[in-house]
Amino acid sequence: MSDKIERTGKPLIEMCNMQKAFGGIRAVDGVSIDLYPGEVVGVLGHNGAGKSVLMKMLSGAIQRDAGEIYVNGELAEINNPRDARSYQIETIYQYLALADNLDASSNLFLGRELTTPLGFVNDALMEAETRKIMGRLTPNFRRFHTPVAGLSGGQRQSVAISRAVYFNAKILIMDEPTAALGVQETKMVVDLVDELKKQGIGILLIDHDIHQVKTLCDRANVMKNGKLVGTVVVDEVTEDDMLGMIIAGKCPPGGIPGPGAINSDNAAA
Amino acid sequence: MTDETNNTGPTIVKPKGLFAALEIDTRLMGMIGAFIVIALVFQIWTGINAQGLTGDIAWNPFSWLIDGRFLTPRNIFNLTIQTVSVAIMATGMVFVIVTRHIDLSVGSLLATCSAMMAVVQTVVAPNWLGLGLENPMIAPLAIVVGLITGAAIGAFHGYLIGYLTIPAFIVTLGGLFVWRNVAWHLTGGQTIGPLDANFQLFGGINGTLGVTWSWIFGLLAVAVAVYGLFSARRQRLSHEFSVKPVWAEATIAAVISVVILGFVAVLNSYEVPTRRLARLFEDRGEIMPEGFTTGYGLPISVLLLIVVVVGMTVLATRTRLGRYIYATGGNPEAAQLAGIRTRLLTVKIFLIVGLLCAISAVVASARQTFHSNDIGTLDELRVIAAAVIGGTALAGGVGTIYGAVLGALIMQSLQSGMAMVGVDAPYQNIVVGVVLVLAVWIDIVYRKRTGS
Ligand SMILES: Nc1ncnc2c1ncn2[C@@H]1O[C@H](COP(=O)(O)OP(=O)(O)OP(=O)(O)O)[C@@H](O)[C@H]1O
Ligand SMILES: [Mg+2]
Repeated sequence: MSDKIERTGKPLIEMCNMQKAFGGIRAVDGVSIDLYPGEVVGVLGHNGAGKSVLMKMLSGAIQRDAGEIYVNGELAEINNPRDARSYQIETIYQYLALADNLDASSNLFLGRELTTPLGFVNDALMEAETRKIMGRLTPNFRRFHTPVAGLSGGQRQSVAISRAVYFNAKILIMDEPTAALGVQETKMVVDLVDELKKQGIGILLIDHDIHQVKTLCDRANVMKNGKLVGTVVVDEVTEDDMLGMIIAGKCPPGGIPGPGAINSDNAAA
Repeated sequence: MTDETNNTGPTIVKPKGLFAALEIDTRLMGMIGAFIVIALVFQIWTGINAQGLTGDIAWNPFSWLIDGRFLTPRNIFNLTIQTVSVAIMATGMVFVIVTRHIDLSVGSLLATCSAMMAVVQTVVAPNWLGLGLENPMIAPLAIVVGLITGAAIGAFHGYLIGYLTIPAFIVTLGGLFVWRNVAWHLTGGQTIGPLDANFQLFGGINGTLGVTWSWIFGLLAVAVAVYGLFSARRQRLSHEFSVKPVWAEATIAAVISVVILGFVAVLNSYEVPTRRLARLFEDRGEIMPEGFTTGYGLPISVLLLIVVVVGMTVLATRTRLGRYIYATGGNPEAAQLAGIRTRLLTVKIFLIVGLLCAISAVVASARQTFHSNDIGTLDELRVIAAAVIGGTALAGGVGTIYGAVLGALIMQSLQSGMAMVGVDAPYQNIVVGVVLVLAVWIDIVYRKRTGS
């Protein structure tokens, strides 16, 4: 990404010293990252590095052990998914989090149903809105009355993405959003990310595809065994540099090393 | 489920088959079909039996159908009032099973509610409040106490399950023992009766709408149903979705109207015995005109069931609470991530079940005109069976209110029918058990076939 991002004002999101342990496993250990408006920030790392857990603490799905979250510079109380939604933080979960027995529009509006003046759910209106938003992502989608269990992986993913985008998110968390998508659909998500970015939305993107991270993201954070290896501006490093961060935990010159970086390499650099 | 092939544009009407055009729920059709088969089998069977009694069996199936005793106004009347109590609780059991729980305590809960109401009618009202016999306040007071009891116990179960995360199976198994015997304690183990006369109106035969009001109710129901179909169609059109052809819509409306009015006509044609009528006139200090006859019409208990079914269906399909119940059943984690308070939801579900148990307790105790220790015994199993026969999946996320009611009706029909043709109770239970397993197996096969 070549557009210059202003990183002088208040960050949209600032997570400081986030901690989460499951039993003896320190899934996330003292990680601090930030995100500015109109910025796409990648979060990378090996399987089990703690990426999803870090994101789930931001989306309120997991209660953190320690750490602070600031939204627009102000300390935010995020203890459950409702809190996160109230800060306009929307999430596409890695395992999509869809109710398989409900159709696309019921899933899209789950927890935020549109209602009639009498307070009943307005299924027709929700279906109309779903057709509009889904039409942008997967123009060929027709199965609006099928439980999402009967949809393909990519179609399910489109439902999850539509849900996150529909409600005017300020901050979007995408945990491997293109994992199940075809070429055409991936292209649509890439276009969508660009469009949302232009609207000033901040996006946290988890992706294993380094090439995609290079093209989509402005900055990238790399995690290893729950610790932050470092933060880099993607245009200032090579794909090999990023691979080195993920595999060896080496923070390249120009990057800001985190607590998880190998010290000797920093000293040498 | 059939796949919707319409797109975002305006209606494209494709030529379709009859059933496709009507867009009828095939599972509903299956259950109605099963019910009709059961009814016809018993009609013919009782017809043959009746002819056998008179000595000569005509080898003519039509005469068997005509001589049968299963599809008489009297038996249909009895069948409906026998179904009410279990059917009311079964609508609540749908919510419980949809959210992957179970409730083994409904029969015992019914007993405790019944005991509370009996005590209010026979001890609290006359002795503590000084309300005289047949005081019009007694029945409402008893019912309110019953409802509060049911709701409180249900909510307590829900709290133990939702917040303390004790499995529902365990909580309600405990409840099965506890509430049956709390009921025993409340009444000192005594049978209490007769219950208040106004209270007995909810029992069935002792409280019916009469011919005129039954027709008025039937016409109102038809009006509401037709209006519902019409407004749903208008709403779909306003969003430019495809709609059924007008003739299909009209056919459905006609079928619904015929069923409703036919049901009313049957209940109206069950005539009150002359002796009973004469007594009613006597009580009012009048003399019965010569040759006067009238039908019972719709029992108040059945009216109550209809109100409950409509209310629960609206709750299930048209409210956020219902949407959350099904979402939580389909994927509890997804529901939680969508911001649904799943623990509180559990409390609400069991509270609803408690309320329904109380309503069933009104009907059940009013029907037998007294409270007894064994009231509602084994109802938990009948209620679960009704919900499951009606297509509620124990895996969660799937189940309908109308299915549970049809399930209750099918079970009751089987049992009454077998009793009529002289099958002994143990054999009846064997058949019911086999039917339960068979119904679930058919449902599994159906689901696999349709991929839903
Ligand atoms: N609910 C949980 N209970 C116990 N341990 C958990 C839980 N969630 C995650 N973990 C552990 O925390 C660590 C980090 O998991 P996380 O899901 O964040 O990995 P990830 O970086 O997202 O990996 P992947 O690329 O495979 O998605 C892993 O060791 C995992 O086993
Ligand atoms: Mg992950």
